[in-house]
Amino acid sequence: MSDIPTHDAEEAAASRRHLFSRIVIYGILIVFSLIYIVPLTVVVMNTFRDNIDVARNGLLAFPRSFTLEGWSAAWSTYCLNGRCEGMSANFWNSVYMTIPATIISTLLGALNGYILSKWKFWGSEMIFTILLFGVFMPGQIALMPWAYILGTSGLNQTLWGLIMVHVIQGISFTTLFCRNFYVNIPDDLIKAARIDGAGFWRIFWKIILPLSPPILIVTVIWQFTGIWNEFLYGVVLTTGKTQPVTAAVVAFAAQEQNVKEYNIISGGVLIAALPPLLVYFFGGKYFVRGLTQGAIK
Amino acid sequence: MAELKISGVHKSFGAVKVLDDINLDVKSGEFIALVGPSGCGKSTLLAIIAGLEKASAGTISIGDRVVNSVAPKDRDIAMVFQSYALYPTMTVRENMMFGMEARGVPRADREVALKRVSSLLQIEPYLNRKPGQLSGGQRQRVAMGRALVRDPALFLFDEPLSNLDAKLRVEMRGEIKKLHHAIGKTTVYVTHDQVEAMTLSSRIAVLNKGVLQQFDEPQKIYDHPANVFVAGFMGSPAMNFLPAHMQSSGKSVELRFEDGTMLNFNRAMSASQTRDVIVGLRPEHLTRATRGTDNALVGRVTLVEPTGSETHVISRVGNKDVTSKFFPNQAPRLGDDVHLAVDTDRVCIFDASTEQAIL
Repeated sequence: MSDIPTHDAEEAAASRRHLFSRIVIYGILIVFSLIYIVPLTVVVMNTFRDNIDVARNGLLAFPRSFTLEGWSAAWSTYCLNGRCEGMSANFWNSVYMTIPATIISTLLGALNGYILSKWKFWGSEMIFTILLFGVFMPGQIALMPWAYILGTSGLNQTLWGLIMVHVIQGISFTTLFCRNFYVNIPDDLIKAARIDGAGFWRIFWKIILPLSPPILIVTVIWQFTGIWNEFLYGVVLTTGKTQPVTAAVVAFAAQEQNVKEYNIISGGVLIAALPPLLVYFFGGKYFVRGLTQGAIK
Repeated sequence: MAELKISGVHKSFGAVKVLDDINLDVKSGEFIALVGPSGCGKSTLLAIIAGLEKASAGTISIGDRVVNSVAPKDRDIAMVFQSYALYPTMTVRENMMFGMEARGVPRADREVALKRVSSLLQIEPYLNRKPGQLSGGQRQRVAMGRALVRDPALFLFDEPLSNLDAKLRVEMRGEIKKLHHAIGKTTVYVTHDQVEAMTLSSRIAVLNKGVLQQFDEPQKIYDHPANVFVAGFMGSPAMNFLPAHMQSSGKSVELRFEDGTMLNFNRAMSASQTRDVIVGLRPEHLTRATRGTDNALVGRVTLVEPTGSETHVISRVGNKDVTSKFFPNQAPRLGDDVHLAVDTDRVCIFDASTEQAIL
């Protein structure tokens, strides 16, 4: 019985250590989140200031004026390369490019992953290995070949060309994601379905795809943000009105002018960043869940 | 209703021989168990019957049709998997309907089949649940239901009970047996559990290392195992094996064990012979005897294992451990010297070098 006080002392020491480690952990987390949040806050605040305010009080200051001018000018009236139409056209370009490219590359990845995990054939492992090169290959390497292909196929300067490039560049990743997910689906399910009379496509639509949402969400978010944020192909393979929004934003910021219109630039940056942000906002928890979810139980 | 004929089936994966010249004739309506230790090739053989694997050589016939190049779905078979392989995103109803939809069975017939099977297996209460919401036993039932709605010529079971706990396993074993009595379909049942094989099947095929060891009725396999492997595999606790020297006159046999113990009894043999043998004695064929009894082993008890209904006693005889079974109240105690009378009619004798039974 006499050891009870010691026991209590030990417990108190343990809880102090626990508290201390909590403080350290939260301190580090807060520092890192500030590193991300502060610049975002600055940009968001600047979009609501007028340019005189920015010029007078500096870029890093709380708003003393309020206007939506920055947003609307960036969207529809700001002059870029002699056209005063803002970035709306480029924004829609990005939408029309990113959505089909994301859907097509994800579906192809799912199909590839299904074949490479459940319908293995002689040489299928080799094909998978070769596909994986695409994961590690920097996009710049393919830039010249793509320019040549689009040029000779007449898809130069078109959204269709960019869609094709992003679909094909994305297949490595989407295949890798889906294949690694499908490997964990028990083969017995496929065998049972084959005995039941289902063929390749019926098994894919009725059994594999319904099991796939966790990995499809990961793949869609990955592809959507990757393609939306991509700049190099957009700026090289298209010009002016056919460019995606990333190319337009860079053009905003790089424009040679006496007075930088920071409120408009900030608005443009946010407009360009909004779709991926929204995708993360609504899909983020599924993204993390899908990445960490291994087998299907 | 159909018979199953497996003739000369070989299977190799690269250089590894998995099945070597398997021949089995399964009569219509028979319940066959394929048993053997893991890696013996029994599951591969089942996959070949199902068409999920291709045989390297040999033919498989179901009914009067050679099915080697027939797709699994066209073989008129249904299979129950060890993992149940229920489609996780579908309800029980959808699971059972899936195959019929794939095969284009008319809607009205599907409903009839579903009704018939779900009442047979008593799974109506959870037709609208998903497999994840079912217990192990319920999943097992659904897996059987999915096979039954097909009304196939041939049922294949791949270790269907090994994921269940002991009590449920015994219960489901009984249900499978009743089910087979009720519908009388030809069935091939793979298991590593010799008790399941004994209780369920009309005949047992024992496989080891890809070779068929014996194919016969359960009691015959138990009483007259074809070789040492079968003798040791079937039966729990396992048969005792003691090396001995045999002298046979053709009518009677004299066995001399290494410790000098002799057994003398009448046993018809094809010829008079003298050779080294392995003697197989089942634990239940050893009974407690008094000193001086003929045809008895003498040993000292080294381990006593009560199971409740019976007590297993391991005694040191010569330099071998011998297991015997006793009623709990008649069991000797640790350290006792025991005399174990041998039921000489039931003694199995195997050749020491070939390990095959000597008849």
